[in-house]
Amino acid sequence: MKNSTLSFFDEMQLNLADSGDVRDAASVREIYAAYNTWLKGVPHHQLDNKRQEAEMLFRRVGITFNVYGDDDGAERLIPFDVVPRILAAKEWSLLSAGAIQRVRALNMFLHDIYHTQEIIQAGIVPASILANSQYRPEMFGVDVPNQIYAHIAGIDLVRTSESQFYVLEDNLRTPSGVSYMLEDRKMMMRLFPELFRRYSIAPVDHYPQVLLKNLRAVAQDGVHEPTVVVLTPGAYNSAYFEHAFLAQQMGVELVEGPDLFVRNNAVYMRTTQGPQKVDVIYRRVDDDYLDPLVFNADSMLGVPGLLSVYRNGGVTLANAVGTGVADDKATYIHVPAMIKFYLGEAPLLENVPTYELSKADDLAYTLANLAELVVKEVQGSGGYGMLVGPAASKQELADFKLRIIANPANYIAQPTLALSTCPTLVEQGIAPRHVDLRPFVLSGKTVTLVPGALCRVAMKEGSLVVNSSQGGGTKDTWVLQENVVENREPSASSPAIIEEVAIC
Amino acid sequence: MLSRTADHLYWMARYIERAENMARVLDVTYNMSLVPNAAESEAALWVTALEISGNVDAYQRDYFKHEADEYTAAGVIHYLAMDSNNPSSIYNSLRSARENAHAVRVAMTSETWENINVLWLEFSQFIDQDLAKHGLREFCDWVKARSHLFRGVCFGTMLRDDAFSFVRLGTFIERADNTARLLDVKYHLLLPKQEEVGGAVDYYEWSAVLRSVSAFQAYQKIYSDTIEPWRVAELLVLRRDMPRSLHACFDEITLILEQLSGARQTECRRLAGELHAKLRFGKMRGIFQSGLHEFLDDFVKANNKLGVEVHKTFFSIATS
Repeated sequence: MKNSTLSFFDEMQLNLADSGDVRDAASVREIYAAYNTWLKGVPHHQLDNKRQEAEMLFRRVGITFNVYGDDDGAERLIPFDVVPRILAAKEWSLLSAGAIQRVRALNMFLHDIYHTQEIIQAGIVPASILANSQYRPEMFGVDVPNQIYAHIAGIDLVRTSESQFYVLEDNLRTPSGVSYMLEDRKMMMRLFPELFRRYSIAPVDHYPQVLLKNLRAVAQDGVHEPTVVVLTPGAYNSAYFEHAFLAQQMGVELVEGPDLFVRNNAVYMRTTQGPQKVDVIYRRVDDDYLDPLVFNADSMLGVPGLLSVYRNGGVTLANAVGTGVADDKATYIHVPAMIKFYLGEAPLLENVPTYELSKADDLAYTLANLAELVVKEVQGSGGYGMLVGPAASKQELADFKLRIIANPANYIAQPTLALSTCPTLVEQGIAPRHVDLRPFVLSGKTVTLVPGALCRVAMKEGSLVVNSSQGGGTKDTWVLQENVVENREPSASSPAIIEEVAIC
Repeated sequence: MLSRTADHLYWMARYIERAENMARVLDVTYNMSLVPNAAESEAALWVTALEISGNVDAYQRDYFKHEADEYTAAGVIHYLAMDSNNPSSIYNSLRSARENAHAVRVAMTSETWENINVLWLEFSQFIDQDLAKHGLREFCDWVKARSHLFRGVCFGTMLRDDAFSFVRLGTFIERADNTARLLDVKYHLLLPKQEEVGGAVDYYEWSAVLRSVSAFQAYQKIYSDTIEPWRVAELLVLRRDMPRSLHACFDEITLILEQLSGARQTECRRLAGELHAKLRFGKMRGIFQSGLHEFLDDFVKANNKLGVEVHKTFFSIATS
């Protein structure tokens, strides 16, 4: 549904209202100028051929995604858009510094909340957080290597104007999508090599190497040549392709729960040559399914006894158990204060203003203005169970109101953000579609970010929901190493952005 | 490597090989049906295809609804090629191969994985086709070609490590089983008639058997003589230079198991060695004296046992 009351910042043009056709607009943003010139020379059908070619290649390689509860939806493709999202070096340096700052603070928060809980004593985060279902009392007093809990974090960013970015949410449990960042780049280089000659685009392919280095760095003390594995729920999981991809790129085993077993305070995998000890598990299985002896007893995905070994320091889990308490939407509100508390710094990236419906004032305001707000479940993810006020029908609003009243503390509300749009290839040609951005922050001995991100795009006109489970697509994200003049010769002296690093 | 990974790789290869052999049986049976008087009836011809794959009872259960029901070309072709209720149909073999590959795509080269994934994507074009009416030859050719391609891409791209060995092991254990079953059924069926005439029909029948294991040209080259059943048996059992013979399969299997076992004394290695010795030092005369059928029957059983031992040794490791 199209929303005419909001005006949107477009990543390519300054003012979309000037012209119906994106490519004729005069006021193209500088970083898109060269791309726009190129795009003008490419007929629509040619772009569409490229899109089809990409689809065929993705299907061949099996880069697919399952949608839960959809029987015929087994192994669907995520729509891939051939128009990239472009970020200037300067924009990227703000975003990456902000994301790193945030993840550092969140890791310190996690350590604190499972140890001395100073932030509660200081009155910055309420003690009620300990009652959150994502808080794992099993983790209290457990020391993890380097005090890192969220080794892999996905920070969801949205933009509303030239200078305004917001953090929409933090993903600290088992964030996914990085394989699309990497595969989309590979695809773009294959489809449009000429663009990569014209632009100086920061490379992202080394992500798996950085990830492996970080995972090896968080092995327990005394382990010299750590054995790293990726733990997947299996081939029917929606993100299975990504699990397989990362294991392959890192050159480590992809294991399922039944491949592992626990003996003498250590974890082993069953190999054709007998048991082999495992030191670091990059697990893509949720906390609840990790160990049937402690969590969900019916889980076939986990490893009985794993948590006991983990708590005794016999193995490292990445991410740690219990990170969910920090990416919960009720905790999100406190992240800016955490940054000040732990780091003594002002937050570089802002939160979206958020109403806590457990508070009477916020609840009253929300119920009165439901049609303008976005309401989310506190522990929801994947775009499920959320209400986009401006896009909802009267009936949907009324239904949702009842759900809120029944359990207000289960929800938060935020103003409907005017998410920026990015030109996107659709049936009719190039048209603006809403986008977000998820860079992946890696923490080990250092906190690192490769210069790129998953860019998700809502393929439906006017839709603000970008989740792939809701039909969203992806785009390649280009971080330019410098602001580029058209037809520039590649210069060897240009400063290379390889990765942003901060010591934690 | 992970036991589960080895298990999947081994079965992936077995299923591909099984699909190929099924396609060969279908192809040859279909060709025979074009030779006048090749069999007493359509039913007598097509039931042999079911016998080779050990599917007669299951077919009767699923396809015989009335007392007068007979084996038909259309029924058997559908059952062996496309029936999703038949665990050894080509459809199910290829599907299982692809599922096994998908579960361990990390353990193979991307070319190998893509090859199998594309195979499965291409297969969809045949699903709604009435193969008994048209396109059976093309379908069988396609299955064989994809199987050749699979072996080629494994051979040409995979590191010579344990993963490669388990893929090869699956291929040869399955192939040995298939060749032995084919020969057993055909020999049993064709031999009595041989004593009668040795005429044209026998020539077609035996050459069809040879063609089904790509051995027709090899036979001509080696024996340069009329097709004699005992020579066909020799070719498919004892000739080590014949790539689908039992001996050739066990040359590979024993070597692979030695590599995989390393310093370990494994039962599967011993068992393979024992079978290999029979093929290597056995003589056709001796085999015929105690009965070819008995020999092949024992062989299929021992080969099955070998599969069980492989499973015990490599795929289900005791944990305590």
